[in-house]
Amino acid sequence: MSELLQLTATQALAKLHAKEVSSLELTEAHLARIEARKHINAYITLNPEGARAAAKAADAAIAAGNIQPLTGLPLGIKDLFCTNGIRTTAASKFLDNFVPAYESTVTQKLWDAGAVNLGKLNMDEFAMGGSGENSGYGPARNPWNDTLVPGGSSSGSAAAVADYQCYAATGSDTGGSIRQPAAFTGLVGIKPTYGRCSRWGMVAFASSLDQAGVITRSTEDAALLMEIISGHDPKDSTSSPQAVPAWRESLGKLNLKGLRIGLPKEYFIDGLDPKIRTLIEAATRQFEGEGAIIKQISLPHTQYAPAAYYIVAPAEAASNLARYDGIRYGVRKEGKNLVETYLKSRTEGFGAEVKRRIMIGNYALSSGYYDAFYTKAMQIRTLISRDFDKAFEEVDVIFAPTAPTAAFPIGAKSNDPVAMYLGDVFTIPTSLAGLPGMSVNVGTIEENGTRLPVGLQLIGARWNETVILQVAHAWEQMAGLTQPPFQA
Amino acid sequence: MSLPHNYEMVIGLEVHAQVTTKSKLFSTSSTAFGAEPNTQANEIDLGMPGMLPVLNAGAVDAGIKLGLAIDAKINPSSVFARKNYYYPDLPKGYQISQFDQPIVLGGKIDIDLESGSRTINITRMHLEEDAGKSIHDMGSGNVSYVDLNRAGVPLMEIVSEPEMRTPEEAGAYMKKLRTLLRFLEICDGDMEKGNLRCDANVSVRKIGTNVLNTRCEIKNLNSIRHVMHAIQHEAERQVSIWESGGTVDQETRLWDPDLQETRTLRSKEDAHDYRYFPCPDLLPVNLDPLRIEKIKATMPELPDTLKARFMADYGLTAYDASLLTSEKTYADYYQAMLKSGAEPKMAANWMTVELCAGLNKSGKELENSPITAGALGELIALITSGKISGKIAKQVFAIMLENAEKGTTQTPAEIVEAQGLAQNSNEDELRAICVKALAANPDAVAKFKGGNERIFGSFVGFVMKETKGQANPELANKLLLELIAQA
Repeated sequence: MSELLQLTATQALAKLHAKEVSSLELTEAHLARIEARKHINAYITLNPEGARAAAKAADAAIAAGNIQPLTGLPLGIKDLFCTNGIRTTAASKFLDNFVPAYESTVTQKLWDAGAVNLGKLNMDEFAMGGSGENSGYGPARNPWNDTLVPGGSSSGSAAAVADYQCYAATGSDTGGSIRQPAAFTGLVGIKPTYGRCSRWGMVAFASSLDQAGVITRSTEDAALLMEIISGHDPKDSTSSPQAVPAWRESLGKLNLKGLRIGLPKEYFIDGLDPKIRTLIEAATRQFEGEGAIIKQISLPHTQYAPAAYYIVAPAEAASNLARYDGIRYGVRKEGKNLVETYLKSRTEGFGAEVKRRIMIGNYALSSGYYDAFYTKAMQIRTLISRDFDKAFEEVDVIFAPTAPTAAFPIGAKSNDPVAMYLGDVFTIPTSLAGLPGMSVNVGTIEENGTRLPVGLQLIGARWNETVILQVAHAWEQMAGLTQPPFQA
Repeated sequence: MSLPHNYEMVIGLEVHAQVTTKSKLFSTSSTAFGAEPNTQANEIDLGMPGMLPVLNAGAVDAGIKLGLAIDAKINPSSVFARKNYYYPDLPKGYQISQFDQPIVLGGKIDIDLESGSRTINITRMHLEEDAGKSIHDMGSGNVSYVDLNRAGVPLMEIVSEPEMRTPEEAGAYMKKLRTLLRFLEICDGDMEKGNLRCDANVSVRKIGTNVLNTRCEIKNLNSIRHVMHAIQHEAERQVSIWESGGTVDQETRLWDPDLQETRTLRSKEDAHDYRYFPCPDLLPVNLDPLRIEKIKATMPELPDTLKARFMADYGLTAYDASLLTSEKTYADYYQAMLKSGAEPKMAANWMTVELCAGLNKSGKELENSPITAGALGELIALITSGKISGKIAKQVFAIMLENAEKGTTQTPAEIVEAQGLAQNSNEDELRAICVKALAANPDAVAKFKGGNERIFGSFVGFVMKETKGQANPELANKLLLELIAQA
């Protein structure tokens, strides 16, 4: 049984479509695994009956020769993708009773391709957080060491994939929410170019930054799933009509000789764990050995990114979360009058971090402060984009650490929001610029007696997910594909 | 209406006009009026999690049309912004509107006054979504209801410069704007349904000064009469405050048509901080000049141009020309009459007198007139060609109205034929009758010759009576005069 669980998605699909194993078997194996590993707290809402029905339908389709790219593949879905008829909470108690009557475009594409929905994955409430601790349903745990956080906000996605509770999972990334948890759990995580995936049906955090993506155990799996979930959606005005490349076919077709890799000096700073720096540099040297050209580059406005991000994202969030008023859906706490009902519903419904960001956002947008905060932040955003544009005139791909540290203990930063925010320092600039970013495991370091994975962040030019997927795949070929330890 | 103590009013209007698109500004829900509550609100209108707006291109086209019609600048790139505030009938907690980059900038509207016409400058026009409707007084105690059918319906907000000085000017502005919107077929202008409503900004100052004193905004005026009355009363209220040594506070006020007074809705201190910022779910609206050119090519002839043309080409009076261009349907009907051969002045008279009376009687609007413009035009053509007299034409018209009621159709010529109403222009036949008329009244002939010209009518009356009104009146006149002269 555990061998089946430890397949990559691509391997599982090969076996499924060769009829060596049934989707129902794989689905049952995962449901059993989820049950046995409940303490990881990866899922908020399970979908056992739906999953079994979908698996049976997939098996019938395979028997009938009607095979779609993902037919029969059990997946986990971050709980901010609305799923028709299945509770969607965004890990907020406010939405504890919310069952959408519609399906997000990203998940609909997965089901259309034949995938099976095991359930809805834990996360930081409304995707606000970098550890998974801001969940209304308790923190997900890191399978490498369950006293540690799995990263966030796609905490359940990373925990479930790393713990073999699904073959792959969707995530969403606003300032690093796919890449950082992938790094903390030794997985592959990709956030595509802003506009690559439809946001329709994704519970919004910060609309100009939110992008769907995936967390997987191999780059090949990531390429496969990204091909399915990408593409223009007339229901999302910000989704792009750009054609979706055949990413999976492009893997292995990159000539490393002459590949120009940029190392931005602003990412190799004092706050970076020296052991992580060593691993990234070692990986870079391996690429150099294969003929790649390593260039030191500068992204001079990097230091302003967190400040700009923590204006823009909360401003959009404050507005996006105004709809949660307890009037039409969600949990209503009755007050004596309308204002009291608003106050009680929102005070009791939202967690502390969400409230903090709503306050920051409303402050930044308020009359008299708008230009000093929001306008300034948007200007910084433009400067950061220009930094990258300039850099990509000289290099094909940028290498950077995904996060300044490895996974940290649950509770270590929960009382220090600024320390938590600075954990996103390397992923935020990419998000502000709307560029594709990816994290791939680059080895492990020893931290207090625990072996912990480290992520290498690959950043590509706008719409060039191809190059980061190819480089990540090349790395897996060079270093060997590593997998998180399977905890029996 | 004027003000005491040598004051004048400074009036600016913000008009909300519902765009006549079939679907909402950002969703595919229907905008039809009168549906059961909340049956025309989908998950986007309800502000459900993860739902996104998609801009209705038809509403943008409507904005471009208005911009072109008022000679404004069409912004090549406009931006939708979020206006944030809480209310149960505002599902998202923000209204998607336009803030510092509206679709239309500037422009002007000429208004018609008894004293002539005046130009009122327009500040801007932007597109925004409407909110839903809260219903508080259903008699069920401490419960309010929300109807979101209206939430997301597209509105144009048209803001004038504070250039109006009297309630009459404000009324004329509203009328002209309504005409324009209806001509462009971008708003039905129905104020009763709230499809056109107005906020009035009013301040007062001593005539001869140029100061802008503190203004009050009167919200949601839903008829032209209310606009005019509310402005007058508000201005009088402000004058009496200034005259008694007080100061006017900036506030938002409501018009109570029953009490004929405005009262405070909220003061400046309670004003919302709307925390506007560009809506990240929508891209800037970048308008291709070709799109604007295409719309320009389909623009109808506008009321001012039409009016001038009707006066110059057809010799209509300013009054008739204004009337016939006050609605697109009127102008269309009139021009269709001319196409079927009617003489322009006679057509204008028939439309404004006979047709108008006929419609009033049947309680119908011109849009669903029982008599088509073509048929009325043909009838008038029968008069000008001498087939029938004006008097007979009225009889034919009455038959046409009856026919329409019965659901039968006959052309005017067929009616004339069937009823034997054709005009008698047979000179020999008429001469014989005229001879008879004079012979029957030798006294009257003598009086006429003695200078009593009015008595001539009795000879004509005799001829008409003998011919059942079908005698060609001009011919009969001519023959009678000839015969009298010979006698």
